Amino acid sequence: MQAMVATRKSRAGATLLALVSLLFTMPGHAQLRLDITQGVRDAVPIAVVPFGGQAEGGSNDIAAVVANDLRMSGRFAPLERRDMVTRPTSGAEIRFEDWRLLNSDFIVVGRVEPDGAGLAVSFELHNVQTGASLLAQRLPSNEKGLRATAHRIADLVFERLTGIPGAFSTRIAYVAVDGKPPAQRYRLIVADADGFNPRTVLESREPIMSPAWSPDGQDLAYVSFEGKASAVYVQRLATGQRSRVSARAGINGAPAWSPDGRGLALTLSRDGNLDIYTLDLRTQTLTRVTSDEAIDTEAEWSKDGQSLFFTSDRAGNAQVYRVRLDDSRRAERVTFTNGYNARPRLSPDGKELAMVTLDRGGYRIAVMDLASRNLRVLTDARQDESPSFAPNGALVIYATREGGRGSLAIASSDGAFQQRLSSDQGDVRDPAWQPFGPRT
Amino acid sequence: MKLMHVLAVALLSLGLVACSKPTKPDQTTPPPADSGAATSGLGGEGAAGAGTGAATALTPQQQALAAIQQKNVIYFEYDSAEIRQEYVPVVAAHAQYLVKYPTARVRLEGHTDERGSREYNIGLGERRAQTVRRALLAQGVAESRITTVSYGEERPAVEGSDEAAFAQNRRVELVHAQ
Repeated sequence: MQAMVATRKSRAGATLLALVSLLFTMPGHAQLRLDITQGVRDAVPIAVVPFGGQAEGGSNDIAAVVANDLRMSGRFAPLERRDMVTRPTSGAEIRFEDWRLLNSDFIVVGRVEPDGAGLAVSFELHNVQTGASLLAQRLPSNEKGLRATAHRIADLVFERLTGIPGAFSTRIAYVAVDGKPPAQRYRLIVADADGFNPRTVLESREPIMSPAWSPDGQDLAYVSFEGKASAVYVQRLATGQRSRVSARAGINGAPAWSPDGRGLALTLSRDGNLDIYTLDLRTQTLTRVTSDEAIDTEAEWSKDGQSLFFTSDRAGNAQVYRVRLDDSRRAERVTFTNGYNARPRLSPDGKELAMVTLDRGGYRIAVMDLASRNLRVLTDARQDESPSFAPNGALVIYATREGGRGSLAIASSDGAFQQRLSSDQGDVRDPAWQPFGPRT
Repeated sequence: MKLMHVLAVALLSLGLVACSKPTKPDQTTPPPADSGAATSGLGGEGAAGAGTGAATALTPQQQALAAIQQKNVIYFEYDSAEIRQEYVPVVAAHAQYLVKYPTARVRLEGHTDERGSREYNIGLGERRAQTVRRALLAQGVAESRITTVSYGEERPAVEGSDEAAFAQNRRVELVHAQ
């Protein structure tokens, strides 16, 4: 189904990997495609051998899913399948000298077996240099769940080798737009983190924007203009059940969940003046947070739930501020580096803010360390926006434009690499990465 | 979609919808030299809106509407919500129409170009719509007759990521209902 890219150690310093398209086909849906646009210098070479007990090349090809996940992380360079001389499916079958010659540091092998009414997937991770077994597990699965099992394997391998939990089993929400202005069609889509299994959550002739995941990863809040004016909705993904939580006169926008999941921060307007409010979802209590004549919007909660970060142009241009909820008359300016900083998004550890910054003439994604206030620009395009951290903090997904179309892209939070998740049809934008939480 | 098309065709045949190509900034007649500051949007003489040879079947109100809808889009500079001088007479013409026909209502739709953050652009589009709203209020239009909505960058008028497209998309559209 898809090409495999290899960065051998000997080639690890190569600056650009040729554009390699890994086409994910799902009939009837916008397709997201992972484009490796930038090689990663220190990517660790790893061989993920096709698993026994299943045909190679199908959409359930476990090794292909695992290799692609590891590649997407930017930290690994999976060995090209055609360079594999043998196909071991268990540790006992691995001839480590073969894989040393292929410059792989690590190897993943495994197989799919019938298990009662379902299937079981066994896999092992070995160090090629020492032959040591690093991980060996048997996971229950079934025909429909093989991709999910593959993502789980990638999570475990990633965590074993990096010390960071993998986020490959999570999902992303984004907005896809088809058609030419002014007659466009908007869809809110939820897909696996690798772009596979896109499912349309909402479809409308009117704009949909700003999807935001609840902390438990079960609900999405978003803005829809389906009533010819903006309103904020909360939708339970498992059931599709949704409720309109704010449709006040004027703007209803920029929903952000409180860390305990009980409330939202929202942007509302009175006579055109945008301010930030909090809404208790159970009691419907609305509390005003900011009262400034400027545009105050794009709230994001601090990890302790005691304060909000937000965008405001109260000083003349968009900058990020922080306000304590128990002392909301004073807001502290957080960003000073560039002339435009907007849309703050907190890292999962609460220590960094991703944001849009106007850097050398381009709108780019930057990450600011809250302790040092040091701003690190991650991207280099002209219209990057809507950053969202992966739940393990290792990656930031964001929206960019190329060839006149919107696409999604991923950067490592340390700025080491970027890669694109582009759609074959229409624009995709406004990505939000699902937090960890109960796996669904 | 189909319904919208039918509706659009029907409205077009009544002469109620301006041509889909928005007025370009440079096609607008310059305002009188003594008009007030563009910021306030109060200085227009209300002379804009050339009459059209509307069909005789139209009521006077429909004719007046068709005339002002020749220019129903106001364009803005980058990151600005100021009404440029050339649009002061356009706003004034719409204000006169709204004052003259008490059942007429207008919806102000604010838009931005695609650069920058989406929700911040919703704010910027709203600010533009509010500037036009205040200009209409100052010229005697009742508050209850005006609604505003901001689409930010979500509903561009034209595609494209160059300055020409950006200029077409930074706008307030005055959408009338009778």
